[in-house]
Order: sequence, then C-alpha cells, then structure tokens
Amino acid sequence: MGKILEINGPLVKLELPETVLGEQVRVGAIGLVGEVIGRDGDTALAQLYEDTAGLKPGEVAEGLGWPLSVELGPGLLNAIFDGVQRPLNAVWEKSGDRIARGVAVPSLPRDQRWHFVPDPERRAGAPVAGGDVLGTVRETESIQHRILVPPLTHGELLELAPEGDYTVEESIGRVKMADGRIDKLRLFHRWPVRVPRPFRRRDHAVKPLITGQRILDTFYPLLKGGKAAIPGPFGAGKTMLQQQIARWCNAEIVIYVGCGERGNELTDVLEFMPELVDPHTGRPLMERTLLVANTSNMPVVAREASVYVGITLAEYFRDQGYDVVMVADSTSRWAEALREVAGRLGQMPVEEGYPAYLGSRLAAFYERAGRVETLSGGHGSVTLIGAVSPPGGDFSEPVTSHTKEIIQTFWALSKELADARHYPAVDWLESFSGYVPSAAKWWAENVDPGWEAARGEALDLLAASEELQRIVNLVGVEALSSEQRWTLEAAGLLKEGLLQQAATDEIDSFASPEKQYALLAALLEIYRQGMKLVKLGAPARRLIQMPLLAQARRWKSQHKSEELALLKEKIARIPADFAQIALDYEQSGHTA
Amino acid sequence: MKNVEFRTASSVQGGLIVMGGVTGVAAGSRVQLKDHAGRLRNGLVIRSADDAVLVEVFEGTDDLDLERTWVRFLDEPFKLPVSRDILGRVFNGAGLPRDGRPPIISADRRDVNGEPLNPAARAYPREFIQTGISAIDGMNSLTRGQKLPVFSGGGLPHNRVAAQIVRQAKLLGEESSEFVVVFAAFGASNADARFFQESFEESGVLNKVVMFLNLADEPVIERLLTPRAALTAAEYLAFDLDYHVLVVMTDMTAYAEALREVAVLRGDVPARKGYPGYLYSDLAEIYERAGRIKNRRGSITMIPVLSMPSDDITHPIPDLTGYITEGQIVLGRELANQGVYPPVTVLPSLSRLMKDGIGKNFTREDHPHVASQLFASYAKALEVRGLAAIIGAEELSDADRRYLQFAEAFERRFIGQGEDEDRSVYETLNLAWDLLSMLPPEALIRVSEEELAKYHKWQAMAEAA
Repeated sequence: MGKILEINGPLVKLELPETVLGEQVRVGAIGLVGEVIGRDGDTALAQLYEDTAGLKPGEVAEGLGWPLSVELGPGLLNAIFDGVQRPLNAVWEKSGDRIARGVAVPSLPRDQRWHFVPDPERRAGAPVAGGDVLGTVRETESIQHRILVPPLTHGELLELAPEGDYTVEESIGRVKMADGRIDKLRLFHRWPVRVPRPFRRRDHAVKPLITGQRILDTFYPLLKGGKAAIPGPFGAGKTMLQQQIARWCNAEIVIYVGCGERGNELTDVLEFMPELVDPHTGRPLMERTLLVANTSNMPVVAREASVYVGITLAEYFRDQGYDVVMVADSTSRWAEALREVAGRLGQMPVEEGYPAYLGSRLAAFYERAGRVETLSGGHGSVTLIGAVSPPGGDFSEPVTSHTKEIIQTFWALSKELADARHYPAVDWLESFSGYVPSAAKWWAENVDPGWEAARGEALDLLAASEELQRIVNLVGVEALSSEQRWTLEAAGLLKEGLLQQAATDEIDSFASPEKQYALLAALLEIYRQGMKLVKLGAPARRLIQMPLLAQARRWKSQHKSEELALLKEKIARIPADFAQIALDYEQSGHTA
Repeated sequence: MKNVEFRTASSVQGGLIVMGGVTGVAAGSRVQLKDHAGRLRNGLVIRSADDAVLVEVFEGTDDLDLERTWVRFLDEPFKLPVSRDILGRVFNGAGLPRDGRPPIISADRRDVNGEPLNPAARAYPREFIQTGISAIDGMNSLTRGQKLPVFSGGGLPHNRVAAQIVRQAKLLGEESSEFVVVFAAFGASNADARFFQESFEESGVLNKVVMFLNLADEPVIERLLTPRAALTAAEYLAFDLDYHVLVVMTDMTAYAEALREVAVLRGDVPARKGYPGYLYSDLAEIYERAGRIKNRRGSITMIPVLSMPSDDITHPIPDLTGYITEGQIVLGRELANQGVYPPVTVLPSLSRLMKDGIGKNFTREDHPHVASQLFASYAKALEVRGLAAIIGAEELSDADRRYLQFAEAFERRFIGQGEDEDRSVYETLNLAWDLLSMLPPEALIRVSEEELAKYHKWQAMAEAA
C-alpha cells in the first residue's frame, strides 16, 4: 500500500515501491483509477482517468497488478462504453445523469446469462491453442459471438461445458497448460489494450469496403483491412461522413470511437442507430455496432486510452473471423491528450507543442489495422478510419502530415465545398487512394470491366475543368472554345449528378456499386456524345440548353439501387437526345 | 483545517504564491487570503504536495507582503449557492452580489466545475427555436439544447444580434417566450454590460435574467470562474426548476486570453499562439454543459459570443470553438459595411443540428431543400459577382446577370432585416421562394419538382411580364 505525494492536474506522484510501468493504480479515498507512466526509485508517477480535484497528499494509493485491459466476451455489442470501457448505461443507472468519480461498474454485465453452444468438434483430452473457437453465443440476431480461447492459453482441454446458459464469469471449461497449471475458461477474457492481439500472419487486403458513397467507393476506394484518414476543418462534414460510413458500410461489426467529440453527436448516434436497418442483414443497425465515447468534457487521460480500447475490441472481433470497421473521431483529440500529458511531464516539445514520439505512436496505432489469418486459421480484418481535425484546416500541421504518411486512403474534406453545401465535401483533387489497383480487380470481376478506365476519365475531366475554371475566373466564360465550354459543363454535371450525395436524401443516401457505375457511365456517355457533336462544329451553347442535362442531375435521387432497370432505361435514351440535336443542327445551323 | 490560518507563504510571482509547511491540502480547493491591510482575496490550490502548495490568487498578488499574509484553506472547491431567488439578480464572476442586494443564502451550494454529463443520459435536441431572424431560422436553425456561437469581430454588432435573439426566441406556436436567460459577460466593457442590462429592462424580462459580470477592468483570474458560475446557475434553473434556459456568454476570446495568462504564469507548455494545449478541453468543459437530459423538462441552449482576433476564423479560439459547438453564426465586415443588419455571412455559417429540427412536423416540408438551395444559389451568385468584378457586368450572360440580381436581393431582403423585425419561419420561407423565383426552375436542382410546382413563381412572373 502506498500514498499520494503530490497532485498536479491529472498527474499524481505516488510513493509506491515495486510497481511496474503501465500498472493500474487506485488512488485516494474515493478510489480514482489511473495508470503508472513513470518510476523513480520508490516514487511512481501516475496519470488518472478522472478529475483529481479533492485528492490530498497522504491519501492511500495501491497498485492493482494488471495493465489497462478490456473485457472481451458477450455483452459488447449494442453497448456504449466510456474511454476505459465502463458501460455508460450501467453507470447512468448507478450514479445518475452525471458521471460521479470513482464509480466502479464491470464492463460486461455479470448477471446476464448467455446461451452457449459448444463446438461439437471439441473433445476433452484434445489439444487447444489460443484463438481456437470453443463454441458460440448468439449475442444479437445478426451476430454470432464466437467464444475464443485466450491468445496465450495453450494445452490440453480437460473439460468443456455442455450447451446451456452461463454468465460471463462461470467456468465453461478447463485447460491443462504445458507447465501443468490448470486454467479455467470463461465466456470472456481480458486483454491489455496497449498490446496488439496476436495472429498467424498478415494477408493482402483484396475486397473494397463498400460504403455506398460514390466519391469514396468509385473514386478513392478503401479496402477491408485498410487504413484511411478523413481530415477536415470544422463544419466540413467529417462527422456526417463518418456516420454515413458507419451506417452503410458492408462490414460485419462497426466500432465507433468518439474521442473528445461532442456529446450531442453521440446522442444522435445513440438515438438514430437503433431506428436504422442494416442494409445488408435487415436487422437494426445497433446489433452490429459498439460505441466507445469519451466526449470532449470527459477527462483527458481516458481520452488517450479510448482509441486503444476501441482498437482492441476491433481486434477481438477480427480474431473471431469478422470484418470490422473502426472509426476514430477524432485522432487529433487523442494526439492533443498525448501532448497535454507530455507537457505536464515536462517533455521537450517538438512541433506545435507535440512530443517527439507523436509520429511513431500514430504509426504504431494505424499498424493495428489489417486483414489477417487468425490464430485459428480463419480470416478477419480491421479497417481503420481516423478523422483528423487540423487546426484552422491547415493540412501541414503535425497530426495531419504524420497521418498522411501512414495511411493509404486520404479523404480530404474541403471547406469551400462545404460552404457551397456540396456534400460529401471530399475534395477530388487533394484526396488519394493507394488501393485503386486492388479495387479495380474487384470492380472488374463484380461490376464492370470498364470501371478503372471510367474512373480515370472522370478524374481527368474534373482536373481539366479545374484548369478551365481558373481561366474563366480571369477572363470570363466567353473566352473559352466550344470544346472547353462543353468540358466545363460536363464536369459540372459530374459534380452535381454524381459526386454530390445528400445523406438526408432517402433514395440517394446509399448507392450500390452497380448504381454508382451506371451513373458514372451514363454521365460520361453524355460528355462523350456531346463532345462528338462539338468536334463536328456544333456550338456548346446549344448543347448546354438541353433539358437532358438538368434531368441527368436528378437521376441519382429518382431511383433506388434496386431500381437499376429504370435508371438504365433513361440512360439508353441518351443517344437519341443527341441524335435529335445533330439532326436539328444539320438541318439548320450547319448548312448556313 | 478550515479554521487555521497559515502565514507560511514562501514565494510569490505574478498571481501565484507558494505556501510551505502545509500538509494534506486537497487539489482544487478554495483558499482565502487576508493581506496586511485586512483585505480578503480568493484563491485556488492548483498544485499540492506534501511540503508545499501552489495557490493561484484571483485578485492578483500586487503589494502582497509575504510576512503579513494570512491564508486559510477552506477544504472545498468553489461553490455557488443556488435558489429560486437568483432570478433577477446580478453577480460578479465569483458569484457574489454586485447589485447592492444581500447575498443568496441557501443550503444548496454547488461546485461550479460541475460534473460531466453521461452521454447516455443526454437527449438529442430536436425542437426548433424561432429567433425571428431569417438568416438563422431559414438557413442555420437553432434547436433547444444546442450550443451555437456567434463569431464576430471588433466593431461588429454581435451584441445587438445576441440581444435580438434573446428578445425574440420562442418555440413555434408559442405566444411569448418561456425562456429564462443566464447572461455572463467576462472581459466586457462597462458599456457592453449596460447595453444588455438596458435591453433586458426595455423588453421587460429583467426579472427572468440572471447576470454574471466580470468587466474588463476586473481581476483576470476571476474570468475563469465566471462562465462556470453562470452555467452552474443555468444547470440549476434547467434541471432542478424545469426552466428552458438560454445562456448568452460574451466574450469567449477574453476568457481564452485569461486562460493563457494564467497558463503562462504556471509555466505550462504552450501549443498554438501561446495558448496552452488544454485550451480545447477547457473550452469543452464550458460548452458541453449545454444540452438536454432524458426525463428532465428543462434545457440549456447556449449562445457564446466571441470576437475573432483580426477577423481570422482559423485563430485557435474560433477554431477550437467550432470543433466543439454545433455550428456557428459568422458575422462579416463586408456586409456590415454595406449597412446590412444583421451582417450574417451565411456561407461559413452552419447549424449542425438543423437537419433534425426542421422540415415536415417541425417547420414546413420544403424547409431543408429551400435552405440547401439558398446556399447553393448564393454560392453560385457570389462566383458570378467575383467574375463581374473582373470582366464587368456588361459582359455577363443573361443567366449570370440574374444571379447578380439574386445576390443583391438576397443580401438586402433576406439577410437584412430590422432590429425589431420578428419574422415567423413561414414568412422567412415565403421570402426565400420570392427570391428563388428570380432564378429559372432548371437552375434549382436542390428543391424537388413538386416543391417547384407548389412554390416557385417563375411561371406567374413570366406571364405577368
């Protein structure tokens, strides 16, 4: 048993001999929990997850003997946890509307019984190893929770419980370890959050994550198991885009980590998600969702922990063979928490007050994403999407620039687009994706072989129009040739008819890959048909007045993804419209 | 400990004193100092060790004589006594009366720091508040429980706009406002404080207002306490007494500067522009106290006012604020110079909670689309205006010239309105359609075809012509 020596903000100096770095400590009369981050002889320095007001030097402190860990087992889905995995609903019942300090509630409910079905292949006397599936618990209608042997447990299975209802703490089996020790198996196990969970080997990511958002899927794809960042100034629609991804993406589990963000936004997710239906299973979306919430007014140190809690939960579901998406909103708040603690420790600041290890911490964190072969031989993936909140929208600041070097897909949000209410405000010139070649294979096999070429053509068109726009801004549109004017018009058509996608539009909120491609191909067809006429000498002015252009801008919100046939009918009529113009033009203008 | 006076101050440096030989003092506890002249000062323990305690003195440490300074540790955080009687009263930043009336006596004293609201206990803001200002109601709607700051600059009429919102805010369908107002001014000038006081008096709401004033010439450190005291009062009114509370705070920039001043004294590592790394967390502690709670009737809606240093929206204070609040109303110098009141620059303005508080069942079914169309058309119109400035308006096409007229009318008639003009949201939406009717229907793709048929007046206008 030790005692408090000094209190300085969230940092507490303790007299606590024989503690180890990373050990959890309980401090003071009200029992605040924290983590040892430094040791000097008999004194230890700990950062506490809760506000330290009221603590006094001389009060007790004790080491708990384990590092910051999460409980992994049935009861995770559909839940909302704080940054150190306290279940916020249970905390609410226990301590009221406001989070009282020192409140201790187990992460997983202890009294709930789960129906466990053992794997019939498992026999007593046979060897088992970490990561093996012992059996299943149907946790929600849509998700089968696979009960795993803890990663570090290997040996002979002495006993496995029969099918029945168990609480997470009851024994469901015993393993004789190599050293003769006997380990009890339960429905849950603990894992330290700062240690990546082991797997057999990394696999190549091969399948795109389909989000239903055209600017993402069609232009800057992300693969299952990939790493992406969404940087953007405030008001550029970061949160909205992340919610759209969480809502529509074709992952089996979605983990949303609200790290230092708005309380009302989380409430929105909490109230909104249960009403939504998972487009892939037809079940309520909450059944596959798990929230980790450390809002901006909650203590800073727990904010730093929250992203590790989130990624460990993600890895746990990956190890069960699921495709998991983790959205971290926002990694900048996490980095700031790091900075705040570093500042109090008196560490030398490097850029904008951030410690020198910012880049390596970020890299190590993103490295926990990936598609892997699990310990039991299955396949699972963690796709990591980190929001970045650059101060003043300046992408050259340390967190954004370090992140940019680490990730493969960069969805840059633009203030200008957001100001014009062009959503999603993903800038088509600044964004990039390193996954295009892999994605192209999938699109070619599953949607259309023309995808890669069409994508390239559209991006070229957008880039060309950007150049032209610069000229127009200087000398006006009259200075452009007919071909240039048509290019500009077609790019506008692409922006409004394809890139813009309103989250609130019931029909257009999600677009299947087939609908995405059909629209892209259709708009490019309009561009080409028009260009052909312009090259023959038809004035662009005449083409721009075609009612087709206004109609095509509305196609996206007229037909759902399931009604592709209706959309295709309209597309089939494109050549006829142009043929009519060609006819008119030949009869009148051309001869004159 | 409360009753013991220590005279062991060992060093003093700009606002901070170090006390030696005191043991077992709680971090964050309140301190009372008596100087050689018998004057009382307030302080706060910011660092506590076995052998020494660091105390921040609110009224400053000027002419403090260490040998003749007596210090008492009160062993509790700063608390505000609350009761129904706070309505109609004026307090200083530390919650003491400054209206010459007796102090509030109540057994119910609340820690001004509050405790974080459990996200699971929050209720999502969905009720549309009509402010009577078109630029806000039509395009950046406010909802009950939202925090929507006004970003302004020196010389812009943010105080008048804030006062107009306070006067006119009401829920749709309500005859008169059922709000109570908590008003906090820190670092404000005497003139500003008087402006609000008079404005509340004129509209006869003074007995429904609680004021917390820390003026520009008053102790800087007390400024850090002012919003916290005000919000403690607001929380009591909202969640104990079921009132709908509108909190107006001005000026958050003065608050952040006070925070920087203290951080420098403490020796904290600066992050951007000398502001401490915890500016974000500190501001969040204040802003996040707005909201609604499940199963409680009251609510806290917050309108913080802040002036952007050199009109720079990327300055750390507006920047971090924008990341915490649910949108922002930006006032612009260009419009103000053209005599447009309220000079709301709509493009960078935003209300994040708008989508859930407007439309069918809330305001009118066309509201979301109309707002989106106004944004898009005005953005396009500004592009055309930029072009006209270069090549001259004569060179513009007919279509472009229409946009130019639209921009002009939009700024004068839609954004611009009288300081006493209280427009209903329906008036605002009808006005929006009048303006959108200056543009041809094919240019309006954000509104649906049904809405065009119902509200767009192009056809009628063309026929009349």
